[in-house]
Amino acid sequence: MNDMSMPDQTPAISARGLVKHFGEVHAVDGIDLDVPRGMIFAILGPNGAGKTTLMRMLATLARPDAGTARVMGHDLIEAPQDVRAVISMTGQFASLDEDLTGRENLVMLARLWGFRGRAAKARADELLGAFGLSDAATRQVKDYSGGMRRRLDIAASLIVTPGVLFLDEPTTGLDPKARQSVWRTIRDLAESGVTILLTTQYMDEADQLAERIAVIDHGRKIAEGTSRELKTATGSGFLHVALADPTRIDDAAGFLEARLGGGVQRNVEGVQLSIVAKTPREATEALRALIDAGIEVADFSMGSPSLDEVFFALTGGAGHAATRAAERTDREAVAGVRE
Amino acid sequence: MNAAVSAMLDRTPPRVQRPATPSALSNALVFGWRAVLKFKHVPEQLFDLVMTPIMFTLLFTFVFGGALAGSPRDYLQIFIPGILVQTVVFNAVYSGMGLSTDLSKGLFDRFRSLPIWSLAPFAGLMVGDVLRHVIAGAIILSIGLLLGYRPEAGFAGIAAAFALLVAIGFGMGWVFIVLGLLIRTPMTVMTLGFTFMFPLVFASNIMVDPATMPGWLRAFVVVNPISLMATAARALMSGTATFNQLALALTAPVVLTVLLAPVTLWLYRRR
Repeated sequence: MNDMSMPDQTPAISARGLVKHFGEVHAVDGIDLDVPRGMIFAILGPNGAGKTTLMRMLATLARPDAGTARVMGHDLIEAPQDVRAVISMTGQFASLDEDLTGRENLVMLARLWGFRGRAAKARADELLGAFGLSDAATRQVKDYSGGMRRRLDIAASLIVTPGVLFLDEPTTGLDPKARQSVWRTIRDLAESGVTILLTTQYMDEADQLAERIAVIDHGRKIAEGTSRELKTATGSGFLHVALADPTRIDDAAGFLEARLGGGVQRNVEGVQLSIVAKTPREATEALRALIDAGIEVADFSMGSPSLDEVFFALTGGAGHAATRAAERTDREAVAGVRE
Repeated sequence: MNAAVSAMLDRTPPRVQRPATPSALSNALVFGWRAVLKFKHVPEQLFDLVMTPIMFTLLFTFVFGGALAGSPRDYLQIFIPGILVQTVVFNAVYSGMGLSTDLSKGLFDRFRSLPIWSLAPFAGLMVGDVLRHVIAGAIILSIGLLLGYRPEAGFAGIAAAFALLVAIGFGMGWVFIVLGLLIRTPMTVMTLGFTFMFPLVFASNIMVDPATMPGWLRAFVVVNPISLMATAARALMSGTATFNQLALALTAPVVLTVLLAPVTLWLYRRR
């Protein structure tokens, strides 16, 4: 909080070449990141891509093996305590004391931040009210629902309004209603000037919330841009076609590839084809031509690119993100234990 | 949409600036307060803590007491100070378990990302431990007094013995704090802790006079730090303590603190 003389010139986060290894696992393998103040910035990637490790480094919880970073102008390595004074982090797993009540959790944190006696209680009650938890204030956190826990966890990160709020997979495991309310909170916070860096494995979450998205895989940033930019890189969407007669799948694949360009992906059962269509119009025309050619379509749909498809496009089809994610979850679990 | 969610949607959390930086002591006291709240919300933890020693006291006094010391009442004079040492030592195992639980839940990640004195959570842990030692010790002592235990040195002796117990608990605590930091499954910490502590406690002079033991075992029992602690606790409560006894009793706690406090720091700051 000392160098507030030029508060708006320095970016919220500026990282160069961050690296973190856990033994043989290159969790983060040289990442640059620039996040302007007041922005919602999403780090998108499958499980084990290095999202959490990257965030833990920026939140001073893990020491980078190489690279530098400044958070709100404070050096991560030289002045971690200054960084801590201007950030808050809500981890993937509720960082709350389950045995204490919601109110006691917030009062405890308020006291740690320096609020005394009555002021600490007042701040706790204020946040409980703002997050719709007043009725549950005197209940132990272990009796909270998943959504309530997440709200309390976010409230716990707002005892003092942070410069940067780190949210690690803020909506994983939440029902749609709770998810919406967390999204709304995130938007409100960003509007009030808080910079938000969040990780997610959901394309739609990044799409809905973030002004900029960095796509991370294997500890490296493979793309960065606005949601629109990423989608353009991927194609506006995927055309999924199911055939009435599966024996004609090779004909249909060849036909669609010729018509739309690019490669066709086949689903496991071999009855559905997916291909990038740049515009809905192009997709419609391709479908009509397919039917005119006598290949009967049982069903079709047009979808925004999924995370899988973004990866497919960005990595040039080097394998399915979901498959890799499954392989790497174990590695992250191992890395987690070592941390 | 339920009331809670809509309430959340309607209001933006108010913005707040950081108040003046609190002192390290104030940070530590907050964690001490947390330990006290735990007694309120999880009174069972105290139950676990005192049930074993109470059971031991009753069993040993009435089943073995007559055979070991002539009468149950005579046995209490030897046994109570010893069982107090055992209580404090086992207590430390639970403390390591608590730390392991905290670490496995990500709570310490929040603490570590706060701009607070980095050792405050441990200082708080110690405050909780001291309280637990004193509460559990007081319960065991009361039962002993009810059954007929009479410490010759009276209140002063009891107070001195409790001070020694707290020092022992503090020293032994490091072993289990280190285990708690290294092992992320609380049950494993407990199993390891008791596997390590049971032989140490039984092969001591807490329950039985080592004079009746075979020579090889006696050789171990007389240098077992637990025996030295029990001897000093007895001496303090009967008013016969010597400087030598106290120094021997405190050797293990001091050595453990000197060796393991830096290890704890290193493990905690390792990131």
